[in-house]
Amino acid sequence: MALMLVKFDMKKRVKLAQTIWFLYWFAVMAGVLVFSMGLFFKIELRKRSELMDNNESHLLPNVLILMGLIACGVNAFGGKVCYDSLDPSKFIKWKPMLKPFLMFCVGFNGLLFVTALLCFVMRIPLQFTLAEGLKNGMRFYKDTDTPGRCYMKRTLDLMQMEFRCCGNDHYRDWFEIQWVSNRYLDFSAKEVKDRIGSNVDGQYLMDGVPFSCCNPSSPRPCIQGQMTNNTAHYSYDHYTEELNVWKRGCREAMVSYYGGLMNTIGALVLLVTMLEIAVTIGLQYINSSLSSLVNPEDPESESEGWILEKTVGETFTDIMANMKAMSKGGKVEEEAEAGVATVS
Amino acid sequence: MVLLKIKFTQQRRVHLAQGLWLLSWTAVIWGAIIFCLGVYLKMELLRRDEVMDNTEIHVVPNILMIVGLASIGTNWVASCVCQDSLDATRFPRWKVLLLGWFAVAAVLCCLLISVVALSFILQGRLEESLKVGLRNGIRFYKDTDVPGRCYQKETIDRLQIEFRCCGNNNFKDWFEVQWVSSRYLNFTSKDVKDRIRSNVDGRYLLDGVPFSCCNPSSPRPCLRYTLMDNNAHFNYEHQSEELNLYSRGCRQALTDYYMELMNSTGPGVLSVILIQMSVLLGMRYCRLRWKESWLWRTQRARFWLVDPIATEGSSEDADLEKAEKEASPTPAS
Repeated sequence: MALMLVKFDMKKRVKLAQTIWFLYWFAVMAGVLVFSMGLFFKIELRKRSELMDNNESHLLPNVLILMGLIACGVNAFGGKVCYDSLDPSKFIKWKPMLKPFLMFCVGFNGLLFVTALLCFVMRIPLQFTLAEGLKNGMRFYKDTDTPGRCYMKRTLDLMQMEFRCCGNDHYRDWFEIQWVSNRYLDFSAKEVKDRIGSNVDGQYLMDGVPFSCCNPSSPRPCIQGQMTNNTAHYSYDHYTEELNVWKRGCREAMVSYYGGLMNTIGALVLLVTMLEIAVTIGLQYINSSLSSLVNPEDPESESEGWILEKTVGETFTDIMANMKAMSKGGKVEEEAEAGVATVS
Repeated sequence: MVLLKIKFTQQRRVHLAQGLWLLSWTAVIWGAIIFCLGVYLKMELLRRDEVMDNTEIHVVPNILMIVGLASIGTNWVASCVCQDSLDATRFPRWKVLLLGWFAVAAVLCCLLISVVALSFILQGRLEESLKVGLRNGIRFYKDTDVPGRCYQKETIDRLQIEFRCCGNNNFKDWFEVQWVSSRYLNFTSKDVKDRIRSNVDGRYLLDGVPFSCCNPSSPRPCLRYTLMDNNAHFNYEHQSEELNLYSRGCRQALTDYYMELMNSTGPGVLSVILIQMSVLLGMRYCRLRWKESWLWRTQRARFWLVDPIATEGSSEDADLEKAEKEASPTPAS
């Protein structure tokens, strides 16, 4: 008993072939889309690799790029086969290849599904990479004269302005590190000596933030220094002040940005997987309907199409039996060779 | 007097019609592109509407949009004409429109040329408009509690950050206005009283700039206040300091940006002019071919490209016309 048997006449076959051909071209474009999404994601990761300590994993974008390329190739080939299926003379040359091609498609669809799951799962390691990277990034903010780190200040400033965030978790993270380079500190001044003396590591700590933390929507010119001292500024209460600097931490901002990107890509890859499954089933129907013609000489005769020739259970036992036979055949050949070797 | 005479065989006629059909569809697509360019330019101008004093410059994107739409329409008509030109029964209905079509196409070409000219001519007016608009924006920066101006601060801040500029001509423009709102000034403090008394209008002026003027590429944390006092900051000299703040004025930055945008539409516009002229020329030959064969019978000819009575057409033309004369009914003259 075949799985999902459908009867086909000439007209239905033609219509099926046309629809599946059209869907294959759609799938080629979907493959291009997956490829470009992988490329885009890779570029986005590279843009901010400094903030992730150059430690970020490029596994996901590389897999997406590979899958996109394979999808384009597979779907183009499938489209060609569909196009030729309307002409019996042309279809003959594709017939022997179809079964292995369909098996490959099934495997490819499985891999696509795994890729989609990967998109959703890779968010977690990214979160940790970002947290570590941002903490280190802030420490190197002042090192504008150290080769290899001289652009950290610029990167962090631009990132804080673009993502509207300040610090790792909140703006107070800036209070805990020295973000002013020693080159611009007057070590003979009393204030500087006090601040350096106030902590174990001898760092110049201050209750101030860089200018990139400032919120343009604030009605008041930005207060960057002496933020916890209410008397230093007129009509200022740092407990209730909300619009002065960005309240969000940059780790949260970046994670939500990249997380959103990965969720979107994952959803799109799932849709592409469903499309691929649909075209694979369609091609299987075309293959089975063309190979089960009632009258093989007459291309216009009726036929039947199916997804599996036998039920799922029977097909599975068949596959197991084939594999056993193949391994047994291999053993018999080995014994024959051994026998030949011992004889000679 | 003949200008650009070409002999036409039947095959050449077919090629002409096909080539022209393809060219007119290309022109339709280019017309759509010009329309989209016009829309994009208009959107960009509207986004910065608040720092512009007048809307004179809007004439450039308006013309681009009108020309784009008209170009789509006329070239679509041209493609229909070309398609029907090979069919003797369907072509006559287009004959009436053709003269009008030529006029419209010529007007479109003139408008396109005028757009390119206008975008250069209006540069000065754009700069003036920006100068006044930015001056007002800087003046009203502090008025975050006045209805109608409360977003001026945010607009100017975002503008300075996005275009990497400071002030109107340079950062010293901020020294001449009070950009700190009076709500945040302690009028009992000596410093505030001194500053207010130091000028005629009683404004709180300081040699400082808003945070949006800060340049992230500076190796040093941004210095915003007491910029003219070298002693106020360690290892600082305001005469030689270059990277601390953005050195460019916003007027220059915005003018450069819009000029670049309008110049980049230049090649697109020029190619549309070229395509439109080729379609025009092609349609002239198209019309000519038919009018020649039809009016040869009615003995009425008024061409400015070819005079059929004075010239001799190719032998194939004469044969074709003879065949047509026999095939179709002679119209009443």
